[in-house]
Amino acid sequence: MRGTEAPMVEEEGARVSRGEPRGGLVVALRATLKRDLILLLRRRSELMNPLVFFALVITLFPIGISPDPVLLATIAPGLLWVAALLAALLSLDSLFRGDFEDGSLEQLLLSPQPLPALVLAKVAVHWLMTGLPLALMAPVLGLMLSLPAGSYGVLALSLAVGTASLSLIGAIGAALTVGLSRGGVLLSLLVLPLYIPVLIFGAGAVKATIMGDGVTAHLAILGALLAVALMLAPWAIAASLRISING
Amino acid sequence: MWAFIHKLGSPKWFYAISSRLLPWFWTTAVLLIGVGTVWGLAFAPADYQQGNSYRIIYVHVPAAFLAQSIFVSMAVAGLIFMVWKIKIADMAAAMMAPLGAAMTFVGLFSGAVWGVPTWGTWWMWDARLTSMLILFFLYIGVIALRGAFSSRHSASRAASVLAMVGVINIPIIKYSVDWWYTLHQPSSFSMTSRPSMPADMWLPLLIMVLGFYCFFVAVTLMRMRSEILRRESNKRWVRELAGELS
Amino acid sequence: MAFESFQDFIAMGGHAPYVWTAWAVTLALLLVSGIHARAEHRRLLRGLQRRMRREQRLAGCPGGTTNHYQRGGNANDT
Repeated sequence: MRGTEAPMVEEEGARVSRGEPRGGLVVALRATLKRDLILLLRRRSELMNPLVFFALVITLFPIGISPDPVLLATIAPGLLWVAALLAALLSLDSLFRGDFEDGSLEQLLLSPQPLPALVLAKVAVHWLMTGLPLALMAPVLGLMLSLPAGSYGVLALSLAVGTASLSLIGAIGAALTVGLSRGGVLLSLLVLPLYIPVLIFGAGAVKATIMGDGVTAHLAILGALLAVALMLAPWAIAASLRISING
Repeated sequence: MWAFIHKLGSPKWFYAISSRLLPWFWTTAVLLIGVGTVWGLAFAPADYQQGNSYRIIYVHVPAAFLAQSIFVSMAVAGLIFMVWKIKIADMAAAMMAPLGAAMTFVGLFSGAVWGVPTWGTWWMWDARLTSMLILFFLYIGVIALRGAFSSRHSASRAASVLAMVGVINIPIIKYSVDWWYTLHQPSSFSMTSRPSMPADMWLPLLIMVLGFYCFFVAVTLMRMRSEILRRESNKRWVRELAGELS
Repeated sequence: MAFESFQDFIAMGGHAPYVWTAWAVTLALLLVSGIHARAEHRRLLRGLQRRMRREQRLAGCPGGTTNHYQRGGNANDT
């Protein structure tokens, strides 16, 4: 499957790296966004995998614990968040792997445009293709876990904001482990502890809605976490990619 | 000042100066830990609430302090290595990590053991213990990442980046875990926060904390010397040193 | 002294198992890491000395392949 895409990848990568004087950063960003979107859209099965995983894990819980709706409703916010977090984690390994294997990651590093901006574009595409679908799918699964009415919107919103932070933090781990042949397990070891604050406030937002408390504080903190991640993560990702490629 | 830092960055000079410093750190560490042990175990008064089980504080708190400080020092060493390319800093970071993980384990273990007389259970999702557990995972991550690379240069730089990312996250994790804990258990008894400790109780604690820090410096210096020998085994001065000794 | 007798001290007011295990594990870990650090250094120094002696011996005998051995010793350095 990769073989058929290779010519396109090289062509696009070359266009980005040559950095035509008339477009500058905007052209490079748009090219990266477009290229990544096209590449991901061509691999639909890979896009579906995190969603199927999410649904499967959620199916396991009523079977493993109890089908009792009252019990399920109390643990639903946490379950949905943990399962979505694991699904997002699952998709991280492929974030840079394909580009690393076909050499276009090196092209990205060689481009005259600032690397943090380019990786930010890549992470944005990753979020658009995994985080956002997970957030949109969560209310359906919430329904199956008899999540109390009125919290569906907050669930989707908190997941949409939270998975953006998760993608940014996770990309650091993905960039650090992309050069390693068996980086998958290591990646989750590096990234999961860093996910905990997002999990606390994301699941907390849904729980607060169910209890009837104000939800703005949680969402504000989730937004603040995203802002911090947006400020710092691109530089860490760029540095990690340089380490993985250049040694 | 800069000349001093540059000198400190040279392995040969560091090897020489550390051999003069080491005996002082070893003796101070042994003395302080010895005094703290006797004072804390036998002479400090029993706690009015917890009786004698509170004496675990004298190992739990110093280990917890050290666990956090070592992670911060590891990140600082990583930053120094990344910015100024000083190899000694990376050796320090590499040699500190296992001790930091060990201290985190001690903090967790003593906290769990302390939990039995205090809470009646080996494990509670107490804010302090939970964030210490997360710190333990962070340590394991840094050590595993360093071990996963085949080239030492990449391993050092990757571990430095991860340590820095971790150290930015530690306060965030700590505050969010504290917040999460107060939300779920609004009124519960915390092991180490007490209104006021008499001097007889906190003085031995302070001595133990200082002793643990001295011990950390001594072990790190010692292991850095070993690492220098390992990495520089082909340098002339190391060969001359070995020649002199034999 | 916070205790009446040595028996009292050992009993720790009924909390003996907890206090003593926590302390024993901590002090044992400190001891092990201290001894390990010192032994590691001594072992490395001894290894270096052995290498030096071997090289001297090889340099002493005619047609000795000093270079070959030197490289052998460096194999694990990057």
